[in-house]
Amino acid sequence: MTTDTTLVEQIPDLETSGRPKRARQKNLLFLRNSKAITGLAILGFFAVLAIVGPWIAPYDPNQISPDLVQPPSGSHWLGTDHLGRDVLSQLVVGTRSVLVVGFVAGVAATFIGVVVGVTAGFVGGVGDETLSALANVFLVIPQLPLIIIIAGQLPTAGGLTVALVIAATGWAWGARVLRAQTLSLRRRDFIEAARANGERTWRIVLAEILPNLTAIIAAGFVGTVTFAVLSQITLSFIGILPLDTWNWGTVLFWAQNNLALQRGAWWWFVPAGLCIAGLGMALTLINFGIDEFVNPRLRSTGMHARSLRRRKIRPRVGFTPVVHEAQEDRA
Amino acid sequence: MSTSAIPRTAPREGGARTGAPVLEIRNLSVDYGYGSDPTHVLRQASLTLHRGEVLGLAGESGCGKSTLAYGATRLLPPPGLVTGGQVWFTDRDGTRSDILALDDAALRASRWRDMAIVFQGAMNSLNPVFRIGRQIADGILAHSPGMSRADATERAAAMLEMVGISPDRRRDFPHQLSGGMRQRVMIAMALSLDPQVLIMDEPTTALDVVMQRQIVEQIAELRERLGFAVIFITHDVSLLIEIADRIAIMYAGEVVEEAAAQDVYRRPRHPYTDALLHSFPPLRGPRRELGGIPGSPPDLARLPTGCPFRARCAFAFDACAHVVPELAETGVPGDAPFRRVACLRHDTRSVVEAGFDPQPLPEELARR
Repeated sequence: MTTDTTLVEQIPDLETSGRPKRARQKNLLFLRNSKAITGLAILGFFAVLAIVGPWIAPYDPNQISPDLVQPPSGSHWLGTDHLGRDVLSQLVVGTRSVLVVGFVAGVAATFIGVVVGVTAGFVGGVGDETLSALANVFLVIPQLPLIIIIAGQLPTAGGLTVALVIAATGWAWGARVLRAQTLSLRRRDFIEAARANGERTWRIVLAEILPNLTAIIAAGFVGTVTFAVLSQITLSFIGILPLDTWNWGTVLFWAQNNLALQRGAWWWFVPAGLCIAGLGMALTLINFGIDEFVNPRLRSTGMHARSLRRRKIRPRVGFTPVVHEAQEDRA
Repeated sequence: MSTSAIPRTAPREGGARTGAPVLEIRNLSVDYGYGSDPTHVLRQASLTLHRGEVLGLAGESGCGKSTLAYGATRLLPPPGLVTGGQVWFTDRDGTRSDILALDDAALRASRWRDMAIVFQGAMNSLNPVFRIGRQIADGILAHSPGMSRADATERAAAMLEMVGISPDRRRDFPHQLSGGMRQRVMIAMALSLDPQVLIMDEPTTALDVVMQRQIVEQIAELRERLGFAVIFITHDVSLLIEIADRIAIMYAGEVVEEAAAQDVYRRPRHPYTDALLHSFPPLRGPRRELGGIPGSPPDLARLPTGCPFRARCAFAFDACAHVVPELAETGVPGDAPFRRVACLRHDTRSVVEAGFDPQPLPEELARR
């Protein structure tokens, strides 16, 4: 049987030229997820506020005025506190401290968690036992009291110090999850194949294992940032941290100490609470977005949630959706 | 093989038709991907399974064999999407229902009772922490409300015995069984509710040839005894010729040839079938020249115009690039009346209608 192989070589010519468009779409896939976009937009708003806050704040947050505990008005958009200080300025200026502490703590805790978790999971044996025991100890220590004690003992509890203290106490959960996943990955065939290929250990960890952990690391990072923000606000709220640096917790501290709730001075604590809730929501939405993006099985579903709703498609394992959209004209 | 159920040489005309249709897949279209440019994996594929017959589904990897079976049973995982067609199931009492139109509850009830599946890699489908008897009984209980567990376990033991496993092994865990035995447990499980259609997705792929033979004989024997119809998916054409009554050859998401098993083997009509048959040595009969199929299957996301096989086809001509061949009668006089092939060498009418010169049927595709 003779076959004309020139026909085979022509196959690429038959392909339609849709490549570049598709590739560009793939790169921006994460940004096409509506949850991720919403989360990033809110986070971006707070980030801009954190950067330009001190310049756009209408007043110096420490500036005392004779308008004591005034409700929102034209001159004070979010009213004033018991010393006549502008609440809006306090919130705007305080954003920077919240975000800096949150992200520094998040990065540091994630870094420790990845190093400890992946090492423990990959090396096994005594190293694993030791690192696991360490993580377990940090898990069972009640975190907030520990942070309070450490923060109380430090001579200068500035923003960075607080962030590092929070990171030092908040890495253990991520480390445990990563260790478990690494243990499972380590035995898979593609890792065995990499070993058989002669890849070095560090390359296996960096090039084979870490990409598989991206979703967990990203989710852990976002979770740790949320935890760090809440911890810092709690510390400020109960008055452990110095009150000369503003953050949303400091606002709440003054509101609580001056009976804002009993006085009905809602403008004093509600905006700060909404800021905290808004930031928490933004981070959670980003987390969902990451999950739907990194998990290839969820990706198509997550990307096209709106069009799926419009076409009345409910993706479900075991019950393939049926739509009658294709032609049915064959005999 | 001592498979009396399988005709050694199928009669030329109508012999493989064993009964009325039990499953009719009509114009089934399946997409992968929910986005704006999904991959059209199946484009209006049609297939009919008759009561009590073994229908083989063959083709290269990625040609849509499993997609056809899972699309018709609505078992495709996301992002699979059935975009059109009907799947008519005819019950024993003659009532017809469209599986694609059933609601979730009705579909759940119909599964396993009407149509059961032995999955690809069925050896790993057993839960390692439960005894096999219990796992079979679970399926029976789920579909028979009011049945006692003791009765279900008894039925499970009977099913095990039927597939040639001693009933006292029902208290074994999956790891205590060999691969072939696990496969037979899966078959017992699939048959435990006396289904009318059994879909087997490469049930013997992970087994050695001895075990393959045992399983295949077992299926043939059970089929004769219980009268269910089988859709047997495999890329092992030689195995299929032994076990199947009728064979459908798939290529790039389309059924390109449909004929009685012996007709496919001795008198292939589609160039792809012919090339497939030249890809493995025959066990009996005259020696044939072995030759592979050049190239690889087309990317379903970027299908060429016209016939999808033309780039690899030894008999392609100018019309093949412009006309999509439809399943139609063969161009060889005297062929079985239900034989269908999708090739422009056979379908001169479409070629003429499209304004091309029809080419004569080569000798290889017109063997008598």
